[in-house]
Amino acid sequence: MTTTATQPSARATRTVPASRRRARRQDLLVRYAFIAPAALYMIAFFGYPIVKNVVMSFQAYDFATFFNGKAPFVGLANYTATFSDPIFTRALGNTALFTVGSIIGQFVIGMALALYFRRKFPLSGFLRSLLLLPWLLPMIVSAAVWRWILEQDNGALNRFLEGVGLVSEPIPWLVSSSTALLAVIIVNIWLGIPFNVVLLYSGLQSIPGELYEAGQLDGATGWKSFWHITLPMLRPVVSVVLLLGVIYTIKVLDLIIGLTGGGPANATQTLATRSYEMSFIEFDFGQGAALSNILILIALAFSLVYLRANARAAKNG
Amino acid sequence: MTMDTTPRPFPRKDRDLRPDRPGSPVDSRSLSARPLSARSVGRRTLGLGALAVPGLLSLAGCGPEAGNGGPDDIRIVDYYNTPADDVAINGTFEKCAAELGLTFSREKVPGDQLIAKVLQMGSSRTLPDLLMLDNPNVQQVASSGALAPLEQYGLTTDGLTAAVADLGMYEGTLYGIAPTVNTIALFYDTAALEEAGVPPPTTWDELYDAAAALTTPERYGLAFSAIASYEGTWQFLPFMWSNGGEETDLDGEGVIGASGFWSDLVREGLVSRSVVNWGQGDVIDQFKAGNVAMVVNGPWNIAGLEADTPDLDWDVVTIPVPSVGTEPVAPLGGEVWTVPITGDEEKQEKAAALLKAFVAPENQLYMAGQRSTIPGDAAAAEQFAAENPQLATFVDQVSTARSRTAQLGPDWPRTAKAIYTANQRVLVDDTDPAEAFDEAARTVEASRTAS
Repeated sequence: MTTTATQPSARATRTVPASRRRARRQDLLVRYAFIAPAALYMIAFFGYPIVKNVVMSFQAYDFATFFNGKAPFVGLANYTATFSDPIFTRALGNTALFTVGSIIGQFVIGMALALYFRRKFPLSGFLRSLLLLPWLLPMIVSAAVWRWILEQDNGALNRFLEGVGLVSEPIPWLVSSSTALLAVIIVNIWLGIPFNVVLLYSGLQSIPGELYEAGQLDGATGWKSFWHITLPMLRPVVSVVLLLGVIYTIKVLDLIIGLTGGGPANATQTLATRSYEMSFIEFDFGQGAALSNILILIALAFSLVYLRANARAAKNG
Repeated sequence: MTMDTTPRPFPRKDRDLRPDRPGSPVDSRSLSARPLSARSVGRRTLGLGALAVPGLLSLAGCGPEAGNGGPDDIRIVDYYNTPADDVAINGTFEKCAAELGLTFSREKVPGDQLIAKVLQMGSSRTLPDLLMLDNPNVQQVASSGALAPLEQYGLTTDGLTAAVADLGMYEGTLYGIAPTVNTIALFYDTAALEEAGVPPPTTWDELYDAAAALTTPERYGLAFSAIASYEGTWQFLPFMWSNGGEETDLDGEGVIGASGFWSDLVREGLVSRSVVNWGQGDVIDQFKAGNVAMVVNGPWNIAGLEADTPDLDWDVVTIPVPSVGTEPVAPLGGEVWTVPITGDEEKQEKAAALLKAFVAPENQLYMAGQRSTIPGDAAAAEQFAAENPQLATFVDQVSTARSRTAQLGPDWPRTAKAIYTANQRVLVDDTDPAEAFDEAARTVEASRTAS
């Protein structure tokens, strides 16, 4: 602060830190006050349920617990029961297939549509808004309608396929263990397309047109311009779309409950549906909690990847 | 992919957790004939109740929960949402409450959310004074100690059909009473049977032959619900029980034989494989659409059947049995009314008095008539059959019907799940019934020892 006068400086070193400390304390208080609402909200609505869920997974938490409050701790019993359950392995495999299949389908079709709508043509705005339809429908309605469409004997899809001669025998979409998962994935792809189109389309809008003009001069047209200009420029958007897609898809419950209820013969059972079944049909809330914790861990792993990618993008940008 | 960030479970309306009342018997006639909206009555009593809250607080020391009105206001929770049900239940309560000088506040919960609601009320100590439960859940709730034994209030099973009395019993104690019950039987398209020249089937062989004769490229001979929910098990029980199968012996011959019979019908194409994804509501819809000539279904769908297809000529027979002379055994469905332990002895007594009046035979007859269900009282049921010949088959079925929880009690839901899962494997993948039910038996055994 000062280099010439030692006396005042000595006084300064005594007094300034004191006032500074006060100021800093005040500063800190203000900061905490700003954080507090968000922190309290997170603790009450995210922290507490998660902690409760973790605790529950180590308890014998069943029907009677709600009335007598007794939930004895049982250590890892819920987890060992979960892992030794033959349906668990199947549900895990189904969850992986469902997630990967849905994401690939949604992304490829979403990207194709986004690129298509980048061209200006009559009614393109109107058609683009029509694409949002699946998003606007309540899930229960979509599931009910798709159940009719996919009906084996009188469903619209089989009628159409038979009509145009693509298949000779009706396909048992939702009632065969070999096609049910595929059918559920198809419906989920349909549901996820709007999300992909909207995000990818807005990403495409932000790519400057000059890049394509410059690329054209260097001979980058068609596929080449897509691979070397569009895709690299879209990278941040693509990573967001894919990672959010995975997190949302991995926990899909309502759609599967509405279409097949996890059946036929557990063919469409995923970790989410199995957890629901354990808790709300078998009333074994402990095991249901164990299952949903496993699901949370998987989603968390992807969230971390997403946050990492976000941080990296922020640093680079 | 869904953008819904909270996975909200909502089982389809035809696949809810109530195996016995999945359809919505919307009676258009009673809709138009409704004199006064039941809801407005509910609101009014609710408003009255709210005025009386302070009185209750000082009297009983209960929590300040909404709807729990004065000392004479009985809080009721049930799932009767369809107009026909609602009017009948509300009307009966109004009459009984007026006689006893009581008032009531009714809360109607969506059917598939009742158990979740009960659990929530149980943990927050806000159970109502009168609680309706679907009968397979009664023992589970009773075993947790939430319900008051009814004998102390002078309620007995006297006069009730034996199996109906069983519905409300847990370990020899009466916890609930079902004023009306239901079951399932075989509906058939009279014209289709005449055309094919087959009489209504009474045995499995006849059922098989009739289904074969009735199956055309546009139509299946028979349909039942084999969905992956309690409904699927409920529809399987008449076949299983009449074949000598027992829920305590899942890998026994009787159970496996019944599953094998279902499997044959599906494999031969007489029953659509889609039945593994059809609830009972879907099954009756297929019947209405003329896609199926015979269906296993319940009386609660009759009103809808008459309203939607007035020209369809149909009739009902008891579900065919394995061989001539075997007694048909159908499962008993219906809701049981209980008095939860709320800590307010006086109020529990009043609630029990209201319940006693509510389940009186004359009220059973009224509610049964309004709701196409069968009175639980044996004498009332007989009178009812004489007055409603259309429902006589169901009355017959009820007299020999069985309660699902009589043998297994709180263990029933787990076993029921094992049964529908095994049948799904059999019907979907053509798994050998013996193999599927062997595994079902092991699953039940494993989960029983685990808990």
